[in-house]
Amino acid sequence: MTTIRGVQRAPDDTVRDEAREAPRINISLFTRLRRDYPVLLLAVPGMLVILAFQYYPLLGNIIAFQDYQPYLGISKSLWTGLDNFKIIVEGDPAFLNAVKNTLILTAIQTIIVFPAPIVVAIVLHSLLSNRLRQLVQTIIYLPHFMSWVIVVAVFQQVLGGTGMFNNWLRSHGYDPLHIIGNVEVFRALLTSQVLWKDTGWATILFLAVLSQIDRALYEASAVDGAGRWRQTWHVTLPGLKPIIILLLILKLGDSLTVGFEQIILQQQAVGIDASEVLDTYVYNNGIIGGNWGVAAAVGLVKSVVALALVLAANKIAHRFGEEGVYRG
Amino acid sequence: MPRPGLPERIAKAVFLSAICALVVFPFIGVISTSLAPAAEVTKAGGFVMFPTEGIDLAAYRSILAGGTVTQALVVSAFITAVGTAMALILTCTLGWALSRRGTVGNRPLLLLVLISLLFNPGLIPSYLVVQQFGLLDSLWAVIVPVCVSAFNVIVVRAYFVGLPAEIIDSARIDGASEWKLFWHIGMPLSKAVVAVIGLFYGVGYWNSFFSAMLYIDDSSKWPLQLVLRTYVVNGVELGGQDLGVGSEALPPQTSIQMAILMISIIPILCVYPFIQRHFAKGVLTGAVKG
Repeated sequence: MTTIRGVQRAPDDTVRDEAREAPRINISLFTRLRRDYPVLLLAVPGMLVILAFQYYPLLGNIIAFQDYQPYLGISKSLWTGLDNFKIIVEGDPAFLNAVKNTLILTAIQTIIVFPAPIVVAIVLHSLLSNRLRQLVQTIIYLPHFMSWVIVVAVFQQVLGGTGMFNNWLRSHGYDPLHIIGNVEVFRALLTSQVLWKDTGWATILFLAVLSQIDRALYEASAVDGAGRWRQTWHVTLPGLKPIIILLLILKLGDSLTVGFEQIILQQQAVGIDASEVLDTYVYNNGIIGGNWGVAAAVGLVKSVVALALVLAANKIAHRFGEEGVYRG
Repeated sequence: MPRPGLPERIAKAVFLSAICALVVFPFIGVISTSLAPAAEVTKAGGFVMFPTEGIDLAAYRSILAGGTVTQALVVSAFITAVGTAMALILTCTLGWALSRRGTVGNRPLLLLVLISLLFNPGLIPSYLVVQQFGLLDSLWAVIVPVCVSAFNVIVVRAYFVGLPAEIIDSARIDGASEWKLFWHIGMPLSKAVVAVIGLFYGVGYWNSFFSAMLYIDDSSKWPLQLVLRTYVVNGVELGGQDLGVGSEALPPQTSIQMAILMISIIPILCVYPFIQRHFAKGVLTGAVKG
C-alpha cells in the first residue's frame, strides 16, 4: 500500500495509452500474436471459467422451450414451443403469488432497507472522533461476513420460541412472543435480518463519498446562516445524490431477486404461501419438482426483465444528467 | 463542521450504541452458551448470557471428537483454502492480462468480462452445466463455478492499470518476461487489493451454502454451513454417534448448537482484524472509480 501511495501516477491516462499502443500501427496480426502470446496465456484460465460458467449456461436456457427430461438430455428432449411460458401468460396462481411476494419484498427493501445505511453513514460522518468512528465501523461491518445460515441461526436462537429473548420474557413473568415461523410477521423478520446483516457494510460507500465533500461548502453554508439540519439537507444530501442514484439503478436490476438463501432456509417454518419468491419458485419447481422446462422459462423471463430494467434505469439516469452505471 | 450541541451528541451516542449492541449482544449470548457448564445452561432454560459458574469446553470437545461436525470442518477448510488460492490466481492473472492495453484481443476480452456482469446465467442452466461437466456431488462444483468473479477481475485490473508504466517498462527492458512482470512487479505492488479480494473469496467459500446444498448429496462431503443448517437451523438433534463420542453423557443440545455456530464464526473473526484496515482503500479503488 505504502509503495503505491508514494509513487506518482501518470497525470493523464490517455497519454500513456498512446505511448503503449503506439507500436500497434503497421504490424501484422501474426507478429502481434507472437509478441503478445504470453499475456494471452495469462488470460486463458480465467476466461475459460467465465465462458464456461457465465456464457455457456446461456445456451442451457433453450430447455425453456422443451419438455426437458434429465435422462434424455437437451438433444433428445421434446420441443414444446412456448408451452412452458403459458404458466406466466395465463397467470398460474402459484406463480402470481411468487411474483406478488417478490414485489412486496422489493418495495419494503427499497423503502426501509435502502435508506438505513445513508442515515447511519451521515451520523457516523458527523462524529468528530476518528477513533470512535473506527470502532463503530469495525463492529457494524462484521455481520456482513456471516453467512445467511449463521444469520438465520442467530435470529432463531435469539428470537425463537425457546430462544434468549423469550427465555428472558418468561423468567420475568411475561408471555413469550411467537416470532419465528409466524406467517404474519415473516416479512418484518426478513427485513430485520437484512437490516442486521448489511446496513453497516452498506455505509462504507456512503462514508467514502461523504469524506470527499469539500469542507469549504459546510463553512460557506455556515457563514450564510445554515444550521446543522440545513447543512445536511443542502450540502450532505446533494453530495450523496450521484451514489444514491447509482445504487438505486443497480437495485432496480436486482428487483426480482430478493433474499434467496435467506428464504430457502426459513421456508419450511412458514410455508410456501407467505415465503415463495421467484427464485425459490424456480428452485422448488425445477430442481426439487422436476418441472425443468417451466422453471427455466420463469428464470429466463426473470433474467430478461432484469436486464431490461438495468438498461432502462441507466437511460433514465442519463436523462437526469447523472453518470449511471456506464456510458454508451 | 461546528461542534454539535449536547442534545444532538446524546442522541447520536444512544443511536450508535444501540446499533452496536444489536450486533454484539447476540454474539455474546452464543459464545456464553457454548462455554457455560451444562448445569448452568440447563438451569437457565437453554441460554446463558453471562456465565458465572466458570467455563466448560465440553461442547467443543464433543463436536471436535471426529464426528459429523469435525468432518464438515475439514471439508470447509479444504473448499476455502483451495478455492481461495485458485480464485486469487485466476482473477489476478486475468486482471493483469486485461490491464496490458494494446495487446491483441484486449478490448474484446474486456468487453466479454464486462458484459457478463450484466446478466445472471440462471439457476437451472447453471445446474445443468455443472451436471454436464460431471461435477455433481464433487467439492469442485462448489469451488470452480465461482472462482472468477468478473467484478473482482475489474477491481484488480483497475489497480494494475494504475501502476506506473515506467516501472513495468524498465523491468521489461531488463528482460523480465510477462510472468515475471506480473509476479514480481504487479502482485507485490498490489498487496492491499489482493488481500481484500482474497478475504472476499475466502469468506465466500467458507460461507458457501446454497451451491453445496444444490450440488452435494453425499452428507460426508457436507461443508460446515450445511451441518449448521441441519443441526442448528432445522434443529435436528445430534446424537453421540454423529458426534463421535459414543454414548457418554452429552452436553445440552443448545450448548452443542452454539459451539457449532461458534466454530463457523471463529475463522472469520480471526482474519477480520488483519484485513479490516484495507477495506476502504482496497474496495473503493474498484467500486467508486469504476
